Amino acid sequence: MNALNRLKNITMNPKAELKEAVASGKKVIGIMPYFCPEELVYAAGMLPFGLWGAEMQANESKQYYPAFICSILHTTLEMGLKGELDDLSAVMIPISCDSLKGMGANWEAGVKNVPVINVAFAENRKIAAGIEFTRSQFRKIQKQIEEIAGRTVSDDEIRKAITIYNENRCAILAFSKAAATHPAEVTAADRCAAIKAGYFMDRAAHTELLNEVTAELENLPASDEGYLKIVTTGIIADAPRLLDIIDKNKMVIVDDQIAHESVNARYVIPEAEDPVLAMAERLAEIEGCSVLYDPGKKRGTQLVEMAKNAGADGILFILTKFCDPEEYDYVPVKRMTDSASIPMLQIEIDQQMTDYGQPESAIMAFAESLR
Amino acid sequence: MSDSIEKKPAKIVLRELQNKIAEEAWEAKKRGEKVGWCASNFPQEITTAMGIPVVYPENMGAAVGAKGGGQRMCEYAEGMGYSGDLCSYSRINFAYADLKKCEEMEIPFPDFLLCCNNICNCMIKWYENLALEMNIPLLLIDIPHLDERTCDEDRIRYIRAQFDDCIRQLEEITGKKMDLEKLKSVMEVSQRSSRAWLRAVGYMASTPSPFSGFDIFNNMAVANVGRGTIEAAEAFEQLADEYEALAAKGESTFKGEEKYRILFEGIACWAHLKYTYKALQTRGINLTATIYGPAFSFLYGNLDELMAAYAYVPNSNCFERELELRVNDALKNKVDGAIFHMNRSCKHWSGNLYEMERRFREQTGLPTIVFDGDQSDPRCFSEAQYETRVEALVEIMEENKKKEVKA
Repeated sequence: MNALNRLKNITMNPKAELKEAVASGKKVIGIMPYFCPEELVYAAGMLPFGLWGAEMQANESKQYYPAFICSILHTTLEMGLKGELDDLSAVMIPISCDSLKGMGANWEAGVKNVPVINVAFAENRKIAAGIEFTRSQFRKIQKQIEEIAGRTVSDDEIRKAITIYNENRCAILAFSKAAATHPAEVTAADRCAAIKAGYFMDRAAHTELLNEVTAELENLPASDEGYLKIVTTGIIADAPRLLDIIDKNKMVIVDDQIAHESVNARYVIPEAEDPVLAMAERLAEIEGCSVLYDPGKKRGTQLVEMAKNAGADGILFILTKFCDPEEYDYVPVKRMTDSASIPMLQIEIDQQMTDYGQPESAIMAFAESLR
Repeated sequence: MSDSIEKKPAKIVLRELQNKIAEEAWEAKKRGEKVGWCASNFPQEITTAMGIPVVYPENMGAAVGAKGGGQRMCEYAEGMGYSGDLCSYSRINFAYADLKKCEEMEIPFPDFLLCCNNICNCMIKWYENLALEMNIPLLLIDIPHLDERTCDEDRIRYIRAQFDDCIRQLEEITGKKMDLEKLKSVMEVSQRSSRAWLRAVGYMASTPSPFSGFDIFNNMAVANVGRGTIEAAEAFEQLADEYEALAAKGESTFKGEEKYRILFEGIACWAHLKYTYKALQTRGINLTATIYGPAFSFLYGNLDELMAAYAYVPNSNCFERELELRVNDALKNKVDGAIFHMNRSCKHWSGNLYEMERRFREQTGLPTIVFDGDQSDPRCFSEAQYETRVEALVEIMEENKKKEVKA
């Protein structure tokens, strides 16, 4: 599978993609989680570059953040402080959680070469005033992007970018569905790497490669016999060692509610006269992510439905250590999955983890209990 | 103002007023009125004007922490599945919501929830869980963190729409109607309270300060929740008058000589309030600057300005403005040093604390220390660490004083 290998290589070395884009004369904007309007960056002819931390030890970042802030922010800041992201023309930082609210100032203090684009959107995102506020903020961001790009961005260009992103979202979901029945060909780590590559490359090219992999998988017989079907939920689940443990225990991810993976892909931007309004409307539709206002905890309802629809044997709640929204969600979500008699295991992860003994034992015991 | 109020010191009046507000909520509940649980920086003008009783789980969290129940309640919440990394106020509240009893303090159970995230986003997740658990309505006024120094028109429109929507929903939930004349009057009274509060805390600039700065932690509950009432306005005016009189005589309620003046950054460690206070007081250190001074000065001239005022609460501002508030307060109140509380509960406050401390030190030239603690979970605080760092601060402040004398 050449396309899959290409995607894996990109994920293994995202900085090479960054260097290559900059060398080709393209400007690159860093995109932090969650739900930044990166379509506007793409529309301006620049490369949106995902910043979801990295597996590394954070040292310098501890001069800014205390140890009890999540590793996504620590390691992203660490890369910035070490100058590893100096090729970026700017970085988009939202205010979706309390820890992120501090990121902008910490970044500005420590990373002098890369300016910040603050991203605000409405938590009360479903009411008309919330949608309008989000639209107004995205338009404000559009102006900042135009300044960096040195040109204006038309609504037609934004519409084209939206189409490319929507196609990419559909491609991710189709790939995820195909991978669910082909664990022998696509390991859990491969699945994650294939989706993750999209954060570092041109989205249209990502779509093309993903569709190629999906088509190949669809022509192969299913290889999931004897595998336990699991659904994952959380912020991020890209640690190769964690994913290896899933493979080792003959588990296959049949669907995910991971912010870094399918949550973003599950919702497309509607067609509309005002494309930026459409982006705000899409944000109003998203469910299944703890950092978004979720009265009624539709996340739990959606998770139960996903598990049932996929015929899952169990759920892995992959909790990013020190993530408040996830830690709050865990209790009611657990109650909801228990009520639906769907086994769920919580695994706490951190990008600075070096010892996976604890998750390994827990997943092994969980797998045994499911068989 | 009644005779009995005139005879009592303002701090007693304020304590009684706080008890009265709590008692009124219990009485309302007994009468069958709808009672709400409310986030501390939710626009109190709405509920005060509509005569809707609300109580504040954050205040309960502080009180339970101060009275020694923090660890027990937090551990109970952890047993429910809540991480020990979460805000201790919320853990205490989850425990209370489940246990339905708490020996240190109880508040009437709610019929609805009023949430506002200008203080932090964790309020949203906390209240989402309560709403689900209790199956009651949750009303959110989202005040997005400011990324510029001023609250822009887009934010004001968005907050105003939610403000109006909240009133409509509360009318449906409680059956009480908003009277716009009453709202206007509450806004005026709230201004009067805020001005009096500012005048009172302004006397911290006097040398010596006429009061122990830790008193602010005790008085702020009423400043926060009751400032829309005439009683609160009068009590704060009395407090300001008392401080004015003391300042004029060069006297203070601070026990002992005020050798050093400090800024204290962050929420108090309620579970260790006495210890943290004594470690300072015995060394002649008085707290003469805290963000809680200017924090509760909600000054506005009209409804749109009211919306903006709620976006300017501490920690909702952009970092540069937050820093400026601290630096200005410290310089105005002539502090000799600063103590920064790295509060384990509060990721929002702690996320920029190191940078705040560095920049504060650079801009003021004053010595600073940071200590680890928590607002209500006693397990995150070390007496030895606090003691050692305070001692180090004293040594530097003392050296600085000697240099000043020589100069």
